[in-house]
Amino acid sequence: MVAAVPSIVRADWLVLLFPAAGSIILMFYGQRMRRAAGPIATLMMTASFVVAGITFFRIAGRPEGSRSFVHTIYTFFHAGGLNVNVDYRIDPLSITMMLVVTGVGTLIHLYSIGYMRGDPREGRYFQYLNLFAFSMLLLVMANNFLIMFVGWELVGLCSYLLIGFWFDREQAAVAAKKAFITNRVGDFSFVIGLFLIFNHFGTLDFGKVFSSAPTVITAGTATAIGLLLFGGAAGKSAQIPLYVWLPDAMMGPTPVSALIHAATMVTAGVYMVARTHVIYDLGHSGAVVVASIGAATMLMAGLIAIAQDDIKRVLAYSTISQLGYMFIGVGSGAYVAGMFHLVTHAFFKALLFLAAGSVLHALHDRGDITQMGGLRKKLPWTTFVFVLGWLAIIAFPGTSGFFSKDQVLEGAYGAGHTAIWAIGVIGAAITGFYMTRLLYLTFFGKSRDTEGLHPHESPVSMVFPMVLLGIAAIIGGFLINGNGENGRLARFLEPSVGPRAVAAVPAQTSAQNPETGVLPHRIGGLSAGALSGIATAAGVGGAVVALAMYGGLWDWQRRRENPGLAWRALSNKFFVDDVYQFLFTSVGMLVATALAFVVDTTWIDGVVNGFGTVTTKVAAVGRRVQTGLVRSYALGILGGGVLLLAFFVARAVR
Amino acid sequence: MAPSAYLILGAILFSVGTLGVLLRRNALVIFMSIELMLNAVNLTLVTFARMRGTLDGQVLAFFVIAVAAAEVVVGLAIIVAMFRRKQTASVDDARLFKW
Repeated sequence: MVAAVPSIVRADWLVLLFPAAGSIILMFYGQRMRRAAGPIATLMMTASFVVAGITFFRIAGRPEGSRSFVHTIYTFFHAGGLNVNVDYRIDPLSITMMLVVTGVGTLIHLYSIGYMRGDPREGRYFQYLNLFAFSMLLLVMANNFLIMFVGWELVGLCSYLLIGFWFDREQAAVAAKKAFITNRVGDFSFVIGLFLIFNHFGTLDFGKVFSSAPTVITAGTATAIGLLLFGGAAGKSAQIPLYVWLPDAMMGPTPVSALIHAATMVTAGVYMVARTHVIYDLGHSGAVVVASIGAATMLMAGLIAIAQDDIKRVLAYSTISQLGYMFIGVGSGAYVAGMFHLVTHAFFKALLFLAAGSVLHALHDRGDITQMGGLRKKLPWTTFVFVLGWLAIIAFPGTSGFFSKDQVLEGAYGAGHTAIWAIGVIGAAITGFYMTRLLYLTFFGKSRDTEGLHPHESPVSMVFPMVLLGIAAIIGGFLINGNGENGRLARFLEPSVGPRAVAAVPAQTSAQNPETGVLPHRIGGLSAGALSGIATAAGVGGAVVALAMYGGLWDWQRRRENPGLAWRALSNKFFVDDVYQFLFTSVGMLVATALAFVVDTTWIDGVVNGFGTVTTKVAAVGRRVQTGLVRSYALGILGGGVLLLAFFVARAVR
Repeated sequence: MAPSAYLILGAILFSVGTLGVLLRRNALVIFMSIELMLNAVNLTLVTFARMRGTLDGQVLAFFVIAVAAAEVVVGLAIIVAMFRRKQTASVDDARLFKW
């Protein structure tokens, strides 16, 4: 399956090289070149995208069975039984991610030129952005778990740096720390998963692990590995219980939210599950947990999004919710559907964030949607593209979100997870509701408090990428995978994640897990068309209800002054942050105080001071030996010489 | 004369030198005592070489003489320097390293 001669991929490391080079150049000269930094970084991303595109067409032009390549650059290290190579893997799955990262990345770089103009740290911003692109590409192109983990950590670092980009605002600095620490919790689980893999397989190489997995590990071990890896994914992809960092991450610049915290980095977990699908196929209960957590997160984040007032926060919770959909897909064995939703979500959510950025740009960073309204006249292009993104996310028939969300829900239904499917349908209605609320309160109705700000439309360099993403958000889904399991993406990804890989699972595991190995779309009582109709009706229904309520039937402004219990629970994010604050911060503080003032002062300091005291006491006596009398030292030398002599004589005599 | 007589003479000279180092205070006298010890050792070495019929001990004795000459240069320089500073050559007065 994996060809040894990588002639076709020989130049593909350029995909990695361009953003890396951009980052290094900007590291040294970024601050000095100021205005030129953005165009250089964008040029690097464009070059990277072009190389990725060429690679894609060369891969796609080959027969289906020979589209996977591994190119080893050098041996990273060799320790005991562990041999880790620096190598990269070009196959349908990784090239899909590479195209998303470089494609959406290029557009967002372009947008950033206009958005970050005049920022005193413009050069550094683009340096970080290029570094992120490199890290994310490293993550998706890795051919072993360790290099993947290196990329995994590097994107986490870039996320930290960019959330805290305006570190002189305290909230941004705190949010950056929160994101970093929350991710460490997930990464801890991820690393344990890697240990377990090495313990059982003796290698971290993707090819070796996946080909030998059915014979080497039991379903139980596979479940354990799958859950531990998913722990990492829950951190990076903001799932319950580690999702709390993502809404706060909106403190970073908006293009960063679009690129890192909507389109690419947060989808790393979904990609990881699809990449390691062999593990999840074997440990079926682990996959069910993935799908269930995805469903729970989707529902919870969607509900919270209803009651948020900050434009970016609504989108952040929406992202968490959509990531939940992706995990429903990959957790149900519908890997293609999950990846498909990842791609379409990258289009429409990046678009929505960029449009939100355009709004914030116009309103001087005031993001409260209850104070907006009527921006449609002032920001016609932004409104236009936001409507495109809105159509896609509420899964209006024909848009990209329609196809991908349908396929995810069909996958869940087909895998027998009827409850998860039902939650997914409810989630679709909620999505329609909160997105319509966001759209209406921002762009329609009467202007509430933005008159004095004189909002203006963004420059062409910002509108252009949004329009391109808008086109992708509308027609991209149909073009990429309009035909479900016979769609282009499905057939392209099949050798990497599709049913054929599942069919390779030996009989005894298939018998244990009857769901795997069966094409998901064909079981269940409802036809695909009916499923699609129900989900679409839910989404559009939610939108209509929101339109009716916020469009005039309901005096939401008066209702806000006297909120009900449910609204208060939602707007306070179900108090999860407060519970975490109490459990981990307050209790943690208590434990830390106890340790600092009891354990540290008595025990640790006691031991350290004890050493000091004993040394002083001994020295007080021992220093008397140092008389300063030369002759006494000579006597000591003589005594020592006599003793040595006596020793050797005694030994010789015996 | 029996070789053992040379050995006994060497031992006596060495002991005299040792006592001189330990008991005398004048740095110059201590220095002379050290020379006495070195030469006692030389005598012993040469005697052993003669007894065993090899040249090893003789060669070693030459080394000792050469090193002793170098040592005298350094040692006398130190003593002269010390006398210039302290107007004394008594080793008991050089007690800067006392606790």
